[in-house]
Amino acid sequence: MDKSKKIAPILSIKNLKKSFGDNHVLNGFTLELFEGENLVLMGKSGSGKSVMIRCLVGLMQPDEGSLEIMGKDISKLSQNEFNELRTELGFLFQGSALYDSMTVRENLEFPMRQQNKTEEESLKLVLEALDSVGLRDAIDLMPEELSGGMKRRIALARAIILKPRIIIYDEPTTGLDPITAKEIIQLMRNIQLNYKTSSLIITHDVDCARVISNRMILLIDGINYAVGTFEELSTNKDEKIQAFFK
Amino acid sequence: MITTSQIENKLKSFFTEIGELSYFAGRFFKEVFTLPFEFKELLRQCYNMGNRSLFLVGITGFILGLVFTLQSRPTLMEFGAQSWMPSMVSISIVREIGPVIIALICAGKISSGIGAELGSMRVTEQIDAMEVSGTNPFKYLVVTRIMAATFMIPLLIIFGDTIALFGSALVENLKGDVSFQLYFNKVFDAIEFSDILPATVKSFFFGFAIGLVGSFKGYNCTKGTVGVGEASNSAVVYTSVLLFIIDFIAVFITDIFFEL
Repeated sequence: MDKSKKIAPILSIKNLKKSFGDNHVLNGFTLELFEGENLVLMGKSGSGKSVMIRCLVGLMQPDEGSLEIMGKDISKLSQNEFNELRTELGFLFQGSALYDSMTVRENLEFPMRQQNKTEEESLKLVLEALDSVGLRDAIDLMPEELSGGMKRRIALARAIILKPRIIIYDEPTTGLDPITAKEIIQLMRNIQLNYKTSSLIITHDVDCARVISNRMILLIDGINYAVGTFEELSTNKDEKIQAFFK
Repeated sequence: MITTSQIENKLKSFFTEIGELSYFAGRFFKEVFTLPFEFKELLRQCYNMGNRSLFLVGITGFILGLVFTLQSRPTLMEFGAQSWMPSMVSISIVREIGPVIIALICAGKISSGIGAELGSMRVTEQIDAMEVSGTNPFKYLVVTRIMAATFMIPLLIIFGDTIALFGSALVENLKGDVSFQLYFNKVFDAIEFSDILPATVKSFFFGFAIGLVGSFKGYNCTKGTVGVGEASNSAVVYTSVLLFIIDFIAVFITDIFFEL
């Protein structure tokens, strides 16, 4: 990691602040994600993890702070420029967020709408993404016909369809049984190896963090309370840090 | 007991909502003329709204014409004016009753449907997923639905009016021994351009209101599944009130130009 820290981060958040009335959710949160890195962010429910990623992908406006994706300050981009930059981001939503009225194929084709691809090119990418998650046969199914684990995999396939450089995972294993959760974690590792992506993973799942993280950040009281590898943090004596690993 | 501050808060939230709805409508007009156009989704919405409402509108129109004629017959017969039945029924249905009743039925079916659909998409983060993927969800979901409603409601109203006149003709045929040909001859003699034009123009506004309010309520839905129910319910209530306001303005303007 020392070597990677010498180069510019692919994603950078500096001094991020966000309040809802008197509730100060983020109080100067800072984060740097480097090329090829799997960075895990852990925090209690309501600690501001989701607020942070919503600010990062432009679904929410921060009160203060800077957000840079691949060296570009997103607050200075026009809507079109930002939409173009968003194609470099894959996002796996906690609840999968598949479009109910569309088939799996249409769900996967949706992010390619602005890409001017031919039908053959689109289908090739769809099949490639479905192969990556092992669900080629589900191409014509509707989301209602899929199990929770399958939905998560299809959502993952949709997140990687444009071969993004960064993937943001919002609680990827929440609500899944332990076996399916392990499969999803394995898929995440495979995707990182095959697509050479950098990943920001928000999770409560200690097993997931142990298996996948290169580095971890603990978000407490709206700031990055502790940063380090899984081993460093899990052996730390601080009570607040230990609470995450018990 | 309602306090002054409660009234003040209610008024404040009412006017805030009016402002937000106006902003939403403004955004629609801004987005509708910018590329890319979502023709495929527009056609899908037109098909969904039109085709799936056809039976409901047809049956409502038929019963409307039937009941209206049955109820009016005794009164007209008292004055020996039953021959006026086709003229009276056709003008009433084409000018006022048909558009308003069918628009209200569509408010219940289409506006609440849009509110519930977009509301559930909002709370399950599907709209966020569209936005994150670099697509403009407002254009894809809202613009297409408002346009589809604006185009389809006038067609549904014309269809409903026609079926209502058939219902009326059936009663006249069975009870008054009037042939269908004679009935419709009288209908076409009675209806004038000044009856059809204002009714058609206002039906476009009805359609716009139905699409706009349903989309507004669904797109801005909060509070989870409870919010979806509220969005659907309030879409119907707000649309119904808005339809009567539009109708009042339309009648007022028609009176200026055509002297009703």
